[in-house]
Amino acid sequence: MARRLAPEVNAGSMADIAFLLLIFFLVTTTIETDYGISRKLPPPPEEIQKDTFIKEKNLFRVEVNQQNELFVEKSPMELKDLKEAAKAFLDNGGGVKEEKCFYCKGVANPKSSDNPQKAVISLINSRETSYEMYIAVQNELVKAYTELRDREGLRLHGEPYSKMKKNLKDVNHSGDKTLLKKRITEIQQMYPEKLSEAEPLKSNNL
Amino acid sequence: MSKFKNKQSKDMPVISTASLPDIVFMLLFFFMVATVMRKDTLMVDNKLPYADQVEKLENKKAILYIYAGKPSSRYKNIGNEARIQLNDKFAEIKDIKPFVFEERKLKGDKLAPNLITSLKIDKKTNMGVVGDIKKELREVQALKINYTTRIGDVNRNLQ
Repeated sequence: MARRLAPEVNAGSMADIAFLLLIFFLVTTTIETDYGISRKLPPPPEEIQKDTFIKEKNLFRVEVNQQNELFVEKSPMELKDLKEAAKAFLDNGGGVKEEKCFYCKGVANPKSSDNPQKAVISLINSRETSYEMYIAVQNELVKAYTELRDREGLRLHGEPYSKMKKNLKDVNHSGDKTLLKKRITEIQQMYPEKLSEAEPLKSNNL
Repeated sequence: MSKFKNKQSKDMPVISTASLPDIVFMLLFFFMVATVMRKDTLMVDNKLPYADQVEKLENKKAILYIYAGKPSSRYKNIGNEARIQLNDKFAEIKDIKPFVFEERKLKGDKLAPNLITSLKIDKKTNMGVVGDIKKELREVQALKINYTTRIGDVNRNLQ
């Protein structure tokens, strides 16, 4: 035994150390939920031009009262029907001559919106409306816009709008991003999100 | 006799635990990567509503968080009304403006124009509070907001 072997390091406690760290990270982990509906608020009231005039037929009134009941154009509606109603309104294309909408597939009811550029959805809620109902309504309205944009994206560029948006954010996407951006803005302009939110009503006004 | 015993124990080798640390380290790395340290200690109930038309907030550095909801069970002495939480404190509506200015200063000139306000609001909150928050944000020109939600079908909100 002239040459002694190097003593082996005991790795038994390594597992303990690793477990300790593991438990620490397990406890501190919160899988973050930073997903949400992005909105842009209108500028402060004093900066809004007062002279913007909206025709009654270009306005789609959505109201949620304090009992979380949904009213569309003053008549009650179920949440599941809201998306279709909003789509029908936006896509109506009832305008004539220069206000005609060439890509709309709606029924062209002269009593409903002229074209998507003119169509405004007005969302009114009461102070007692619950936040979850409000979000549900917002979500349905956004979905109406997204579905219309998807349709146009598919028609013009063979790719749904939501997929284009996803590709734009994807760093591994191989396509031309400036072109993609241009297409996205183009589709956004075809169906601009015009969602007006009035000051919430006091409950006694309803 | 002892010879006999020795031979038997040789037939039953000890299970090596040398790979145990490897497995644990693998899990450890997973959690280390997935962990986002919570910045604020929540003092309000914060069950977010469900939505499915969501966008991901990309730049974590350019987000302001505003929480609102009923005080959580530890802070029941404050009352049952929905409250706003900014950073680690309960706040009033009037504190929002200074909070936004403060955050803008902290984030620096480069990030300040792109700041997004993430509204983390409990689903049982009344819209009155939310409307007040939005009004304050409008007045300080913090117009980009995000209603932070969980991903899911909206009908789960109404159950």
